[in-house]
Amino acid sequence: MPLPSLETPHAAATPAGAPLSDSPERRLENSFAAHFAQQQNSGLPDWWLEARQKAWERFAALPLPTRLDERWRFSKLSGLALEGYTLPKGAANTYPHVDYQCPTLPPFERAATLCFHGQTMVHGTELPAELSARGVIFAPLPIALAEHGDLLRNYFHKYPAELGSEKFTALNTALATTGAVLYVPAGVEIDQPLLVEHSVEGSHSAAFPHTLVILGERAKATLVEHFASTATATPAAGARTLDEVARGGTAGSEAAPPLRQFITAVSELHAAPSAQLTYIGVQDWSLGALALHSSSIAAQRDARVLSLNLHFGGAQVRHESHSRLLAPGAHSDICSLSIAHGTQEYDQRTLQTHAAPNTSSDLLYKNALLGHAHTIFSGLIVVDPDAQKTDAYQSNRNLILSPDATADSLPGLEIQANDVRCTHGATSYRIDPEQLYYLRSRGIPTAQANEMLIFGFFEEVMSRLSEPALHDALAAFIQSKFKEI
Amino acid sequence: MTAELAHPAATAEAAPDLRADAQQANPIAGIDQSKGDFTYDVEYAYDAGVGLSEATVRYISQVKKEAPWLLDFRLKALKKFESMPLPTHWATKDLENIHFDKIRYYLSQGQQPKRTWDEVPDDIKETFERLGIPEQERKFLAGVEAQFDSEAAYSNIKSIVAKQGVIFVNSTEGLREHPELFRKFFGKVIPTGDNKFAALNSAVFSGGSFIYVPPGVKVAQPLQAYFRINAENFGQFERTLIIADEGAEVDYMEGCTAPKFSTSTLHSAVVELVALKGAKIRYITVQNWANNVFNLVTKRGLAHEEAEIKWIDCNIGSRLTMKYPGVILRGRKARGEVISIALANDGQHQDTGAKMIHAADETTSNIISKSISVGQGRATYRGLVQMGKGLKGCKNNTQCDALLINTNSRTDTYPAITVRGDKHATQHEASVSKVSEELIFYMQQRGLTEAQAMSLSVNGFINDLASQFPMEYSVELKRLIDLEMEGSVG
Repeated sequence: MPLPSLETPHAAATPAGAPLSDSPERRLENSFAAHFAQQQNSGLPDWWLEARQKAWERFAALPLPTRLDERWRFSKLSGLALEGYTLPKGAANTYPHVDYQCPTLPPFERAATLCFHGQTMVHGTELPAELSARGVIFAPLPIALAEHGDLLRNYFHKYPAELGSEKFTALNTALATTGAVLYVPAGVEIDQPLLVEHSVEGSHSAAFPHTLVILGERAKATLVEHFASTATATPAAGARTLDEVARGGTAGSEAAPPLRQFITAVSELHAAPSAQLTYIGVQDWSLGALALHSSSIAAQRDARVLSLNLHFGGAQVRHESHSRLLAPGAHSDICSLSIAHGTQEYDQRTLQTHAAPNTSSDLLYKNALLGHAHTIFSGLIVVDPDAQKTDAYQSNRNLILSPDATADSLPGLEIQANDVRCTHGATSYRIDPEQLYYLRSRGIPTAQANEMLIFGFFEEVMSRLSEPALHDALAAFIQSKFKEI
Repeated sequence: MTAELAHPAATAEAAPDLRADAQQANPIAGIDQSKGDFTYDVEYAYDAGVGLSEATVRYISQVKKEAPWLLDFRLKALKKFESMPLPTHWATKDLENIHFDKIRYYLSQGQQPKRTWDEVPDDIKETFERLGIPEQERKFLAGVEAQFDSEAAYSNIKSIVAKQGVIFVNSTEGLREHPELFRKFFGKVIPTGDNKFAALNSAVFSGGSFIYVPPGVKVAQPLQAYFRINAENFGQFERTLIIADEGAEVDYMEGCTAPKFSTSTLHSAVVELVALKGAKIRYITVQNWANNVFNLVTKRGLAHEEAEIKWIDCNIGSRLTMKYPGVILRGRKARGEVISIALANDGQHQDTGAKMIHAADETTSNIISKSISVGQGRATYRGLVQMGKGLKGCKNNTQCDALLINTNSRTDTYPAITVRGDKHATQHEASVSKVSEELIFYMQQRGLTEAQAMSLSVNGFINDLASQFPMEYSVELKRLIDLEMEGSVG
């Protein structure tokens, strides 16, 4: 497809909210053409620029999802005709160390931090010298590309998205300037987690974080990503996040409407033989945000990957996760915990591909639903014909706490090998009245008993985390988030 | 073989290709594939011709001397059929191999093809022998006789139930003799546009049963289409409507375990059940079409207050079956159940499942599905469970177990569960396994051959479901599984 928007500056200059043509695809394209045209290319490798150009063409060529696409069954499609979003100015290939307070998680010991604000890398803490000396790379995307382009080339976009968000991940490839690259050479173990903070500021802004994690043989690392929105350009220390502003309405203070934002985030996780990777994504976007996250996990021989995604924010959030078990002994734990309230829609699509014999995977997705929330879980386990001795599990548990909430569950299996153990389960239920009765009979007030049962429901997911400090920090965060609602 | 009765495109081109691949890839393949390619001489007296048009529909309606409203209904359905796309965005692309313009849509009674017993292949005779099919039935099943001489049995059962006020006739008779009753319920559970194949059936249906059971009547013996077998009953586009009035109870059985040799490659039935307050309907199907047949069936029941509808569905034959018996639980405390057994051998795809729509408080549903994939067979479970907004106390339990026999067998599970509100409980579980090597070893050590051991294990896998079938069906089912399992191990 030709790219008129690149050659015609007037199209690029289309102001937000003033679409030129009628088709949603066209409007969507126009909305981002300006950003694509204005991207700074200095210092980036040619292959990256080429991939970006191709991705832009792909984005323009691919249609928006339709009702006929099973991968979007039950999803709201009306909100996807994107228009009027702008990207904040600035580029991340500088390293300004601006004194900016990111919305943050409860404190836990960490090896290093990178914080992105909009399209800009605002500050970070350097890796301990010992790790840098051993060849660990933990850097913003453009810097890593400029300095280690050849090393990263074989990993970027290695496994393209195929769970429905192809159009949006192409947009991410075309426009991504933020996000972290973590490279851990063979045999290096990093004990403390690495933290990446993303904050997107203001109304009608868009962001395209891209994360790449590469663990060499026997390497070990934990990466925590936190995604949040902020209301103002330069919040002072102690400034409230957008969600706090939005939720402030219920607390009786100023009731600012949640601001519209659009985010397409991609994370690519590669674990070489015997590597151990833990990835945690904490999604806390503005309650007005449309966010599409796509993550790809590739586990080689005897590698172990644990991914845990927590969802609190966003108006409509779709998270796609594809685990590939590529060689014998590979194992992937795929976990998610969501608290959906208001009119939030959480749309989670997963695929566990067992491409080699003797591989295992274990998926646990838990949703707590309040208000008029809608959650969709659609998972599939695929066992290739020669992937004998596969052990795969998939479980979706929905705790429905409101008469108006809706939970859709589509747990699927496609098995082409016979010597396997594959099971899945899906349940939707309310708080067990008997358990509640038990707690109340012990003198615990109803409200507290409810809370205990709900936190117990969450804990089954959280207990998969082996680092106690990280577990406690995140569990505390989840509980505070739940109490805010 | 002289003439190809089945439409040439699907059998001569597409189907043999599939099977050829299957044979090559899987030399230890189970059952003889030739039964699906079976053809024989055809003498058409007259028929509606090949292909589907408004004229075809008018012709069918005219032959059956139907009321104008029904012709209208058929014509609207035809338009609907033509306007709807094939559901290949979720279903198998194999549907594209159906050539609608090469199919005969209507053959009335007396126009069925004839052949002699000598022309029936030996393996078919062998199958009948093994299944213990009575002599006179064999000829009918093999297509030697167009009509199974069951008039005596049929009139007998008909007169017994008639004393209780039960109406048990074919759908054409039902329309003619009980138009008010028929029209009141017809097409209400499965609307014409429900899916493309329901629309097709609505346009060209003929045959099937019409049953009405008056309030409080409990029909002691199961009603079987088998008693009433005639050309129409084995038609391609059966339309069955069963109404159980308040507090009535009835069992209905459809099909039989013996392989059926069809003259057509497309079968698309519609079955509607209505259980009024407190009524119970049990509908039992054993499907064993030859494996060149596309079997695309829509079955749904409407259960009013405290009513119970149970589908017992067993699929062994056909090239592709797509069938998801459903229950709309409309009244308080209504109950729906689907018990499903599917066996997919080489070249077969059993795409079966269940639908449960909870539309009232305290409704309960239960789905148990067991599938067995042999050779390159593919068994798919597809399910839908919905619990609507503003309801309370709905419960669903779904359990799908799949057994894979060979290394290249395939199974899929695609459930969709929607729960609205905080006063319900659903649980879905599925597992995939193979026959345990230890089990086989144990039995072999006791002197059974590997095939016998395998067969015993498979029968054990479905035993708790098979026991829900009437005695003679479950015995035949067991023999049939023995037969299908032969040669599946090697």
